[in-house]
Amino acid sequence: MSTVAPVVQPAQPTTPEGPDFEFVKSWKVTISLSIFTVLGFLLLVVFGRDGTSIMRLSTSSDLIQLPDVELPTRLTGIVISVLLLLITAVSVWLVRAKARAPIWLICVYAVLVLIGFLAWAAADKSIPVPGLLFGSLSLAVPLIFGALGGVISERVGVVNIAIEGQLLAGAFTSAMVASLTHQPLLGLLAAMLAGVLVSMVLAAFAIKYFVDQVIVGVVLNVLVIGLTGFLYSQVMAPNAALLNQPPRFERINIPLLSEIPIIGPVFFRQTLIVYIMYVAVAVVYYGIFHTKWGLRLRSVGEHPQAADTVGINVASTRFWNVSIAGAIVGLGGAYFTLGSVGAFGKEMTAGAGFIALAAVIFGRWDPIRATLAALLFGFASNLQNVLSIIGSPVPSEFMLMLPYLVTIFAVAGLVGQSRGPAASGKPYIKS
Amino acid sequence: MKLELRGITKKFGALVANDHINLTVEAGEIHALLGENGAGKSTLMNVLYGLYRAEEGEILLDDVVQHFAGPGDAMAAGIGMVHQHFMLIPVFTVAENVMLGHEDTKTGGRLDLVAARKRVREISDRFGFDVDPDALVEDLPVGVQQRVEIIKAVSRDAKVLVFDEPTAVLTPQETDELMVIMRQLKDAGTSIVFITHKLREVRAVADRITVIRLGAVVGEASPTATNVELATMMVGRAVDLTVDKAPAIPGDAALVVANLNVLDAHGQVLVNNVSFEVHKGEILAIAGVQGNGQTELTEALMGLQPRVSGEITLDGKSLRGHSVRQVLEAGVGFVPEDRTEDGLVGEFTIAENLMLDRSNDEPFVRRWNVQRALLAKFAVEKVKEFDVRSQGIETPVGRLSGGNQQKVVLARELSRDLRLFVAAQPTRGLDVGSIEFVHERIVATRDSGTPVVVISTELDEVAALADRIMVMYRGRIVGIVPGDTPRAVLGLMMAGEAPAGEGAAA
Repeated sequence: MSTVAPVVQPAQPTTPEGPDFEFVKSWKVTISLSIFTVLGFLLLVVFGRDGTSIMRLSTSSDLIQLPDVELPTRLTGIVISVLLLLITAVSVWLVRAKARAPIWLICVYAVLVLIGFLAWAAADKSIPVPGLLFGSLSLAVPLIFGALGGVISERVGVVNIAIEGQLLAGAFTSAMVASLTHQPLLGLLAAMLAGVLVSMVLAAFAIKYFVDQVIVGVVLNVLVIGLTGFLYSQVMAPNAALLNQPPRFERINIPLLSEIPIIGPVFFRQTLIVYIMYVAVAVVYYGIFHTKWGLRLRSVGEHPQAADTVGINVASTRFWNVSIAGAIVGLGGAYFTLGSVGAFGKEMTAGAGFIALAAVIFGRWDPIRATLAALLFGFASNLQNVLSIIGSPVPSEFMLMLPYLVTIFAVAGLVGQSRGPAASGKPYIKS
Repeated sequence: MKLELRGITKKFGALVANDHINLTVEAGEIHALLGENGAGKSTLMNVLYGLYRAEEGEILLDDVVQHFAGPGDAMAAGIGMVHQHFMLIPVFTVAENVMLGHEDTKTGGRLDLVAARKRVREISDRFGFDVDPDALVEDLPVGVQQRVEIIKAVSRDAKVLVFDEPTAVLTPQETDELMVIMRQLKDAGTSIVFITHKLREVRAVADRITVIRLGAVVGEASPTATNVELATMMVGRAVDLTVDKAPAIPGDAALVVANLNVLDAHGQVLVNNVSFEVHKGEILAIAGVQGNGQTELTEALMGLQPRVSGEITLDGKSLRGHSVRQVLEAGVGFVPEDRTEDGLVGEFTIAENLMLDRSNDEPFVRRWNVQRALLAKFAVEKVKEFDVRSQGIETPVGRLSGGNQQKVVLARELSRDLRLFVAAQPTRGLDVGSIEFVHERIVATRDSGTPVVVISTELDEVAALADRIMVMYRGRIVGIVPGDTPRAVLGLMMAGEAPAGEGAAA
């Protein structure tokens, strides 16, 4: 709190008609940076390791082969610690000079922390960078579909806790239908339908009967877990050859694009579902912010009564958009069975729906940002996988916590005072 | 377009909000609908607009019976409405708000914002508004937001335009400008229904006046009728429009505020270097249009604002940085501006609400036990003293009328030993009878020697109560003037112009 009475360095030019501004000092960023710098120093320098860390940038099948990067582990640790210290010092100076630390500086900091940690963990070992990133994307696909559905649903004013249930329902039906018909595309369609069905139950209770949306969502999750679990053990598992051996989608290499070093193998040697996801992200973003559909959807989620007074039917707008959201989430469910794992397993989504929900909030209800958040969470999960495979000195139990730690810190710390759709979660009751 | 309402009846449960109301508005006239808060004016207009479905009656436009299933139908038929609580989406731009519901699109479903901006500019120019189509609505002052509402209605070719209490949020200057706009619309052939409870405005602009009381039409009046005649029709009995009070006998300075600043989380200065004193036995009225820092100033006094600098002292003891409980214990009584949100717990009984801010210690709580018998006795006494009309002290406060709710708040605050009394918007939304009562109690509190701060956006109330008037504009004090300052001067001050012969900030 400033005790200086006069206005100091207004954040925007003060005109007679504009409001006055005074800078509110926030030490939050600086304090977190300091903590991480100290931790980084302890890990990289005090407990530094000797040896050479190798980053492999190409796979053997690549057309253009990039050389491996070899980092002397201890020296890298020291250099990175110094850089972290510098950035922390800059952020202290910025706050004192009444300015905010720019977002790119924080990103640079995060990347440095990451490189330092990877180099430390991979002393005398090698990390396959394309493999790490490829796996991250794979783990992120259902999260991204889930987050897109979450964004649509919340933007129209219905809190969608049932993402987990929609994913699981999609995974189950797609496995079953694709196995029976030997058509992965039909499996995909069935997954969308399953997602829509779960959504419609949520929508009916939330919109028509004004039941608390969070409660309906939680109940739906439990219901779908129970139902799929029961059907799996009673019907699917005994007849696995018939019902749980879906044909998987083939990988499609996009010509030229798939040969770009690092990016190509990660993004353009994927299955159809992933390509659908790219399109879905773009379409949802464009739709929400640039079309009539999106304008009406957002108006209903922000101020339903205002939407009503200009002749928009709030209930049906909400109902159909929540259903569309369910279809998108269902696609994410299909990725488990038709894309990555290849068969349905009991509770195989393992909380992905809740991480997707976190991505919605972390992404501030924006499809692109939510996608990036989902990618981050996917990366954290896969980092844990890769490090446990190459054998890192960190106990595996601790590494298992990593994705969830990243989620909690991301949602709690970095979101700050982001503002969701004003009427999200509130039923619209007309008299 | 001629509008006719025939025998409209609307019930909410047992409450009859509109009882067979007939109303005819001729083409191109400004028809005022006058009535107290809660008389049923807004309900009637919401029926007209298709937001409510009436149990009985019909709506005719140019002698053709209409059936509105929703606002969309009403709009299509040519009815527009400027709502009391603006129906604008705060995070949308002006153009987006205006186009919402009848969007132009280009190929691929892309919104045609260029056309929408052009339309906003066109209509703005026609009425001489200065509205930026790309400004976010939440960043605009309320006066401009209202113009966006007007643009919205005009862009849909409204032939009948309803203004629901449009002047509640405006400065006197903005009100005058609105009257000009209304006449402009009228000259263009639009029929206007003007809903209000302010007599002065009705007489200034209306061609005809229909008075509504308790959900029924009580009669028509002409704009030449006197204030007293109109008020008598509106309330149903002779009313005294002034408050009886003896000249103040101010004592020592009790509340001293020096260089007070309040910031919000983004660093916006809401209260800017404010200094004033309130003496024992006087009423200081803080006037100003809603949203000029009065709310934040009162909250700072009560310890409800987190980013406060400067000094607040009461009888020599500092209050700044203290918790709300400490402020209350220092003897500050507080009537918050939103009684249902901040003043009362609607589900609690009258008795429970009467002990809300005394739940920590004796007499009502002894060894963690609420002393029910004592509370009941106290509540019965207070209900009688403050004339709270209810079925008993066990009635949930949420079921009382606004006036009776406010009496409960007053009873609670005034039954403690006070060293300062702060009342924010004490009569907002009350009927005339309750207003008289609240004003009497405030004056009685002053006469007992307690310093009183009244925050009000209603000039009538400020003029009736104040011994001194402090006017705020954009977080600053424009000036502190005597209680008998003419309305015209106060109006200018509320728009930020310092009074002649005074410093910029007293």
